[in-house]
Amino acid sequence: MIAIEFQHVSKQFKNAKTNAINRIDLSIQEGEFITIVGSSGSGKTTLLKMINRLYEADEGKVLLFGEDINKMNLVELRRRIGYVIQQVGLFPHMSVFENVAVLPKLLKWDKGKIEQTVDRLLDLVGLDQNEFKDRFPAQLSGGQQQRVGVARALAGDPKIMLLDEPFGAIDAITRSMLQDEILRIHGGLNKTFIFITHDINEALKLGTRVVIMNEGKIVQVDTPMNIVQHPADEFVTSLLQSAMKQQAFWKFLQ
Amino acid sequence: MIEFIINYQDKWTKALLEHLELVFVSLVISVLIAMILTIISLYSKQFSKLIVYFFSVIYSIPSLALFSLLIPFTGLGKETALIGLIVYSQYILLRNFISGINSIDNSIIESAVGMGLSTLQTFYMIQLPLAKRSIVTGIRLTIISTVGITTIAASINAGGLGTILFDGLRTMNTNKIIWGSVLSAGLALGLNYILSKVEQRI
Repeated sequence: MIAIEFQHVSKQFKNAKTNAINRIDLSIQEGEFITIVGSSGSGKTTLLKMINRLYEADEGKVLLFGEDINKMNLVELRRRIGYVIQQVGLFPHMSVFENVAVLPKLLKWDKGKIEQTVDRLLDLVGLDQNEFKDRFPAQLSGGQQQRVGVARALAGDPKIMLLDEPFGAIDAITRSMLQDEILRIHGGLNKTFIFITHDINEALKLGTRVVIMNEGKIVQVDTPMNIVQHPADEFVTSLLQSAMKQQAFWKFLQ
Repeated sequence: MIEFIINYQDKWTKALLEHLELVFVSLVISVLIAMILTIISLYSKQFSKLIVYFFSVIYSIPSLALFSLLIPFTGLGKETALIGLIVYSQYILLRNFISGINSIDNSIIESAVGMGLSTLQTFYMIQLPLAKRSIVTGIRLTIISTVGITTIAASINAGGLGTILFDGLRTMNTNKIIWGSVLSAGLALGLNYILSKVEQRI
């Protein structure tokens, strides 16, 4: 089943000369782990935010399970989609428990179900309930905060998860650990993940398919292996080469 | 001088209570109005700029002049004073309320909106609790400024501590002039002290 479909979608920001997104077509199957990679200003965040309508498309349509998102109730739409951002954005006046429980409380679940869900989610993202439940965001490390961010996004049991460079501000060791865990989390749930990164290594490691963007357009969509073996154009080649150069540098050091 | 305080106890306690009543009633109404305006301004940046600008212009009118301007419409007395006080309060309240909300980290608001909180839910669950410090500051500053302006309101028969002061001025009674000023200044300082303590606890 197609989870998300972009049909000729364009978006231009006020006072901008060129389109941030230029006639994009893309369909994403349910259960896929899509990574979107591209340099800054390539339009990847814009594309993501058009799925939960933080940005509205100027042209074209975005469909969610076949339904035009512009015809859906905005709040309902967003509650069906988990959203994780680089700056995490935890609510500083709420404990970890309360942060994760915001949406379940709004959805008026009963207390027992909320507690069960929060416990299960904290467990899923690798945080000990007893130790972390009552802590406040300021008492957590960056990695722990983002784990809570992921748990919070999963709280409403969304079918779609949007992750906008979630590990961008996290140190290399923790990031690599979190990458393994996000793969594990995705594997255990039948959810569609759309994950933005500017790190080609991360994109290739996580994605079942990788979307490569440049200047508001999709340059290539394919499995990591096909992208590495058959890069579509010079941009993709240069992106891959930059990663390979790093490897060569490592070899040199060793 | 001390005799005045003893002999005219009825008079100045009545004035003090009237003064407090005006401050309190205008504050409650002002905060309500400012909250409503703040909520509307969440829906429109332009509206928020417009009202802050509008009330800043009004705030720059001297109080005596504003009260005089209101007399043709609402006459002399308490109601006119209340209207004036409420209008003055809006500028300080709105500035603090709105800037308190705007200073919240953008990523927090984006998370809230992105997870499907409506504008109102974001307001009372996230923005209100996180901006409470500047909200309380706004209320404290409003109380202090209202205590001062209420003194002037005596000139349009609204009562309060200003009556003692203006009586003194009219009859050249030094006792009354001094006590009128001391009481209103003391009230402002005392309230400021108490409210600052409250603010520190938040």
